[in-house]
Amino acid sequence: MTLPALLARLVARDLARAVARPAEALLPPLFFLLVAILFAFALGGEAGLLARVAGGVLWVAALLASLLPVAGLYAADWADGTLDQLAVRGIAPETLAAARLLASALLLLLPLLAVLVPALLLLGVDPRGAGPLAGALALGGLGLAALANMVGALTLGARGGGGLVALLLVPLALPVLIFGAGLEAAGAPRLLAAAVLLLVALSPLVAGTALRLARG
Amino acid sequence: MNQLPFIIAAYAVALVVLGGLTLSSFLWMRRAEREEE
Amino acid sequence: MQQSPGWHGLANPHRFQRVSALILPWLMAAALGFLAAGLFIGLVVAPPDYLQGPSVRIMYVHVPAAWLSLGGYLGMAIAALAARVWRHPLADLSVRAIAPVGAAFAAVCLLTGSLWGRPTWGTWWVWDGRLTSMLVLFLLYLGVIALAHAYEDRSRGDRAAGLLAIVGVINLPIIKYSVEWWNTLHQPASIRLSGSTIHADMLQPLLLSAVGFALLFAGVVLMRMRALIAAQKKAVRLRRKAALADAGA
Repeated sequence: MTLPALLARLVARDLARAVARPAEALLPPLFFLLVAILFAFALGGEAGLLARVAGGVLWVAALLASLLPVAGLYAADWADGTLDQLAVRGIAPETLAAARLLASALLLLLPLLAVLVPALLLLGVDPRGAGPLAGALALGGLGLAALANMVGALTLGARGGGGLVALLLVPLALPVLIFGAGLEAAGAPRLLAAAVLLLVALSPLVAGTALRLARG
Repeated sequence: MNQLPFIIAAYAVALVVLGGLTLSSFLWMRRAEREEE
Repeated sequence: MQQSPGWHGLANPHRFQRVSALILPWLMAAALGFLAAGLFIGLVVAPPDYLQGPSVRIMYVHVPAAWLSLGGYLGMAIAALAARVWRHPLADLSVRAIAPVGAAFAAVCLLTGSLWGRPTWGTWWVWDGRLTSMLVLFLLYLGVIALAHAYEDRSRGDRAAGLLAIVGVINLPIIKYSVEWWNTLHQPASIRLSGSTIHADMLQPLLLSAVGFALLFAGVVLMRMRALIAAQKKAVRLRRKAALADAGA
């Protein structure tokens, strides 16, 4: 099977799995909204203040939401022997990692962008002017998915759960957060794109190596 | 603001943290060497 | 019976234990000497800063700690890379040997930075580009330590943590750049703790204490490596005993 066909097959498998159990895919965007709502409660609900901090709040919310699927990203494949099966068939773990990146990015970003408008309204921001923010979140979200892919493979079978995942992911996600949330500054979109490009390029390689190390 | 307490505190922090690290690493090494025999 | 690669002859680790046992006392003595000289001169002899006053003496601890925590992370990542490329049996262990030492130096840098900033600039913390980067470096160290200890199988933890260190070192320049960029965006003026130019009278104690701290770093890492190797040898011996007992029974 050619590489693109193999990738398509693996991505389709992931998407089919998500469609079969939609609750899992809907939890991150719901969490995203929850975080936005929490900030509104914590900061006092005054419209002016919320609108000013909305960009930063939504970036934090997106980062936190991206943490949710990480622990289970490769757990299923590990448990049902898929990793071993692919190895036996001579399929590189990097290929699975690349497919996982594509699928998880889609599953994270599409629902997130769908709830962006309600989130903006809750924080008192006019969604009509939020095009740049949406674009930045989409691009940054791809970077976050790339990081989540790496951390998920690195922590496969590890104790420590969400706390460990957060400790690993947050420092590495800072450039995406800084360049994404600093959108009004000159050159920020290009810097964001560069950071995301590096992460996307690294992700399958690092995740694939981590999967090899996991198999021992 | 008298700066001396801060200088002393900074040197003390270094001494306690790094001294403590050195001591604990040394004791660990000794214990491991003993169990090797 | 499967053994980890490289332990059959026990040649390399044996040599390491022998050599390290010889050089360790000299290393620590030299560290003590340089530290005593550098810190004494820095504390007592060197002149106070024209602008900042005597608090600049904290620099003789703060700046070497910054250099060494950064260098330590780099060394850790290089060792991890060597472990992946050359399968050197000691290189995997070095991650667990180095990480806590580097983290301790980063913590010292942060704490002394805070103590320096309070009398000089009035606050316990500033989101200065360099301090913030050091905070992130500290978090990266904690991540490596946490991951190394997250597995029952110690060598699995070492390998994962090593890979994480490599990822971290690749990201480090980008993180540093983004933090500086963020800092210039949101802070009015860049607050810098160390003086813009370092006087010659200050350079001498700084370099002396830097060498002293570097020797201390190396010595402590060596101690930890010796402990790790000894523990690993003991584990191998116990496993062999158990296997023999099984075979005999």
